[in-house]
Amino acid sequence: MCRLPKAPPGRHAPVPVKAYLFDDGSETGLGRGKPVPLGARLLYFALASGLLVALFYLCARASGYVWDWGAVFPYWRKFVSGWRVTVQISAAALVLSTAIGLVFALARRSRILPVRYFSRLYVELIRGTPLLVQLLISFYIVANGFGVQNRYVVGVVALALFSGAYISEIIRAGIESVGASQLESARAIGLTLAQTYRHVVFPQAIRQMMPPLAGQFASLVKDSSLLSVLGISEFMLSGQEVSSFTYATFEAYIPLAFGYLIITLPISLWIQAMERRHRFET
Amino acid sequence: MNLHLEQIVKSFDGRRVLEEVSARFEQVRSLVFIGPSGGGKSTLLRIIAGLETADSGHVSLDGERVPQEEPALRRYRRSVGVVFQAFNLFPHLSALENLTLPLEKAHGQTREEARSTALAALRRFRLEAHADKRPGQLSGGQKQRVAIARAIAIKPKLLLFDEPTSALDPEMTAEVLEVIEELRAEGSDFILVTHQMGFARRVADRVAFLAEGRLLESGPAEELFESPRSAACREFLSRVLKY
Repeated sequence: MCRLPKAPPGRHAPVPVKAYLFDDGSETGLGRGKPVPLGARLLYFALASGLLVALFYLCARASGYVWDWGAVFPYWRKFVSGWRVTVQISAAALVLSTAIGLVFALARRSRILPVRYFSRLYVELIRGTPLLVQLLISFYIVANGFGVQNRYVVGVVALALFSGAYISEIIRAGIESVGASQLESARAIGLTLAQTYRHVVFPQAIRQMMPPLAGQFASLVKDSSLLSVLGISEFMLSGQEVSSFTYATFEAYIPLAFGYLIITLPISLWIQAMERRHRFET
Repeated sequence: MNLHLEQIVKSFDGRRVLEEVSARFEQVRSLVFIGPSGGGKSTLLRIIAGLETADSGHVSLDGERVPQEEPALRRYRRSVGVVFQAFNLFPHLSALENLTLPLEKAHGQTREEARSTALAALRRFRLEAHADKRPGQLSGGQKQRVAIARAIAIKPKLLLFDEPTSALDPEMTAEVLEVIEELRAEGSDFILVTHQMGFARRVADRVAFLAEGRLLESGPAEELFESPRSAACREFLSRVLKY
């Protein structure tokens, strides 16, 4: 039971925020106790943020770095256009990599052995080699060989293939988390294989897949910064250019950090919401 | 039902689970398989359900051979209802959705048809109040009754129960056995694998005793329980009826 502090009857005594300093989930050992009111949540969130800012400020001051934000400000348009390119590339790669991940996760479970081995080989090769090397080979060897000149297309496809390897493993783990008894039930009621995946396996697997997918999507957005080596003027390249124009290195890079956060945070929150929606007791 | 088992052999990983099981059950309404664990009862039931295929031999139900290949086998599975030991409901769906899923996807009913068929089946087992609950919110007995409702909602020609009470406590067991008895009274044909000897005796027209992969004997319930012919069955009954 929760030990909620009760206001005396008839009076509007505010519940002391301090009462919520500790999560009383200790009784279940799972660290999820009573719901925390919004006020307390905001206060403690502000406190945690304040702590972080103070820490950063102290470090910056100790380093003796002289800040000159005025130097980078005139280049704000460059940041914005780079940021927009990053959003577009990331969105396209995110959709494509999810599709690739799904295909290879299913291929990994195929009854046809060469298909299964191909999928395995793909995952191991992609995960075991640096993205930078993959990008350079994709662009200068593979794409050139096929006569593809559009570096944006090559960049998005290469990034999606890279991320797709990780996503396929996440999806595979999700599918395998669904018990054999569920597959048997689906068979017993006469569902086809496709219906089984659509109505029984995926709705249950998705809950397992969400937390690692959130991390993978955030990685994908950040990894898109490597596309700067192909000369794609995305967000990272904008920062690098501004830095070399102004010699104000940190003033050029710190906006990058915030710019990426603006993309990754909503993805993370959206996936957490999806996870909550697919929660059910087992 | 008329059930013919012809020389059924089944192995798992080189281990023989069923050794040339043959039997003919004519005009039987309720058939119960008993015997020691690992004796092949569940495997035989799963072959009759079309969930496993025999390595050799075949099953005929009412004069028709049970197919060995998809998709004919899938069509066959749609015509029988199976209730497993436990945990065979879909945890992400409500009780009602657990019933409508096969009706809509495997039996081609419209959403409205499926809903009314499913509600009628739930009502029959006094489960309508739980229609919107997910399995996690139901008791073991309620879950198993929903599973039975799902199996009968498709109007199967045969119901198959694979130890439907072994995961339940005595009170819930009673709750589920009552439902099975009701179904028998209404004239549904079924095959049941169980360790509940008292119940087996009460509901079975025919009882078959399986041990070590062989169907050692079968007969009317009264006869088999009173005077088992095989030594193995005698020994099994004296062991399980002792307590």
